[in-house]
Amino acid sequence: MTGSFIHPALILIIGALILPFIREPFRKPYLILVPLLTFCDVLYLSQHPGTYGVVTFLDQWTLTFGRVDGLSMVFAFIMALMAIIGTIYGLHVEDEWQHIAAWLYVAGSLGVIYSGDYLVLFLFWEIMAFASTFLIWFNKDKGSLAAGYRYLLVHTFGGVMLLLGFVLRYQATGDLSFVLLDEHNTGLYTWLIMAGLMLNAAVPPLHSWLPDAYSKATVTGSVFMCAFTTKTAIYTLARSFAGFDILIVLGVVMAIYGIIYAILENDIRRLLGWEIVSQVGYMVAGVGIGTALAINGTCAHAFAHILYKGLLFMGAGAIIQATGQSKLTDLGGLYKKMPLTLFFMVIGGISVSAFPLFSGFVSKSMIISASFESHLLWAAFLLSAVSAGTFLVAGLRLPYLIFFGESRCSSATWEKAEDPVWNMRMAMGIAAFFCVFVGTCLPFLYGMLPHTEISYHPYNTAHLAETLQILALTALGFFLFKDRLMATSTISLDLDWFYRMAGRAFLWTAQNPLQWLDTAWGAAYRVVGLVSLMTIARFSAWFDWHGIDGVVDGTARIVRMLGGKIAFLLQRGQIQMTLYFTISFAALFLVAYVWL
Amino acid sequence: MIVNLIDYLKARPATIRRFCYGGIAVIIIGSMILVDTHHAHTWVEKHIPGFWAIFAFLSTIVLIFVAGWLGRSGIQTREDYYDR
Repeated sequence: MTGSFIHPALILIIGALILPFIREPFRKPYLILVPLLTFCDVLYLSQHPGTYGVVTFLDQWTLTFGRVDGLSMVFAFIMALMAIIGTIYGLHVEDEWQHIAAWLYVAGSLGVIYSGDYLVLFLFWEIMAFASTFLIWFNKDKGSLAAGYRYLLVHTFGGVMLLLGFVLRYQATGDLSFVLLDEHNTGLYTWLIMAGLMLNAAVPPLHSWLPDAYSKATVTGSVFMCAFTTKTAIYTLARSFAGFDILIVLGVVMAIYGIIYAILENDIRRLLGWEIVSQVGYMVAGVGIGTALAINGTCAHAFAHILYKGLLFMGAGAIIQATGQSKLTDLGGLYKKMPLTLFFMVIGGISVSAFPLFSGFVSKSMIISASFESHLLWAAFLLSAVSAGTFLVAGLRLPYLIFFGESRCSSATWEKAEDPVWNMRMAMGIAAFFCVFVGTCLPFLYGMLPHTEISYHPYNTAHLAETLQILALTALGFFLFKDRLMATSTISLDLDWFYRMAGRAFLWTAQNPLQWLDTAWGAAYRVVGLVSLMTIARFSAWFDWHGIDGVVDGTARIVRMLGGKIAFLLQRGQIQMTLYFTISFAALFLVAYVWL
Repeated sequence: MIVNLIDYLKARPATIRRFCYGGIAVIIIGSMILVDTHHAHTWVEKHIPGFWAIFAFLSTIVLIFVAGWLGRSGIQTREDYYDR
């Protein structure tokens, strides 16, 4: 390791390991300190671009842990900033495991962003998937356990595709470095790597996990999840697949698909999840266009998106935490009880809708301009149509159905509704501040973008007039057809139907034919196996009784005492905890092996 | 403060509506007069006044109706669909 390079992910990992030993009154300051240190480290690295943390692994592979360049800097900056905001939002959470899972998740994301080769990328990619699964499992609501397993299985599948892809690429080219792939010289490995990365970006048809998981995570967990997985995947796509035409098509499809499902959705966090799919569609299209302006637009939009979507998820979390309700059919008219939450959610909503002076205005338009400049008129017009839909859903439908309109709350919900605790308000305030700051102080964001030779000016009359016309007439459309946008107590079937039904078929097979086989095997075993086993057992009992007992007895008592305590700690009978410990130890060994 | 403001506005729906229609008119007419469309990307922007207003209104309606049609065609189903 180079002397001056401390990997930001390492700060979070070590911080997470020490966290259980920190007690009040030092706990809250410590919780803020660790992400703050990580952020400072990222800032320090931004001043010193270069390649760090190059390690030789098993004598033949070179691992690169720290590639600091224009593209990784802007993503690392926003991830580290969001880690601070997210941790402040969850400051009141007593359960340290939730903080540990969240920090390891962010560490995974930062690790991916700074990684220079596929092995390191894959290591952190899996840490991300694994740690974030716990953010779902920690939620005690009905359905979260199953949603967590679905999330883990889908991401394992994506991870395996990525693994196969880069191993095949290594076999074909002998190269593990994580760089731009050649569009004119593709092979099976190109598409496997792309599919693996696209699954995390929630590109259709690999997207169904997103609304499913994000609506089932803990209140604080979903704030982290909405920021990191998809935007880290966008970073990896921008790194390796910039200019691949297929991504333009997929991105536009994704933007439209997401917004249509968001119009139909009843659960607030699923609605926001669908809108992530839609917004990430812009970024995927931007990567596909691949020009300097488009890549800058993708980075800027990811940056802005993390802030306003985090803000919207924080607002949604505040509502769910206070009322215990997450469905639009059980809410409504809450402006009287939660005015501050309303205020912050409206700021998030008009930022995503690209109101002038807010962050979406200066980022989304870059991607649309880039498609006009590359003469992709169909993409530009369809993406503009989706931006009308975005305002319709996040700027109008969502606040209207939660805060205005008639109240559909039960009296218990109405009683419980109130603005959240101070730290949640503070986190929302910080995110809201940045939404306005990014939209008004252009050099802040534009100065960080990777292609410094490009200059872009969003505040010109033509663009302002275009945006205001779109917003005004979308609002008119909402006003006229409001009745068609009301919430209904339904769910919308999506492509996850296929694997959910396949899972059910598998379960049936396991319960019926396989169970019969198991029973038959058990019977045979009792007849044949048990007799021989008993004979051996009788002999060894005799030997044990007469020979070994005396020596072993003393040792056994000590082992039993210790073992009982460790087993009590490690095996609580919950498969999630067992998995957690197993993987944590494996990861520790791996880290120790690489660094020592 | 926010609550009072909203209550104040909610008590005057007709005024709000008139104000909003006025705002939309100002935006469309302002765009027609102020924007120099000679450097616009496409033909439609150059030759159709208030193009983006028409475009947004049509997109909104198309999205609302396509979503509604898809929902009724069987995408939307009862909430306990997966719980059987």
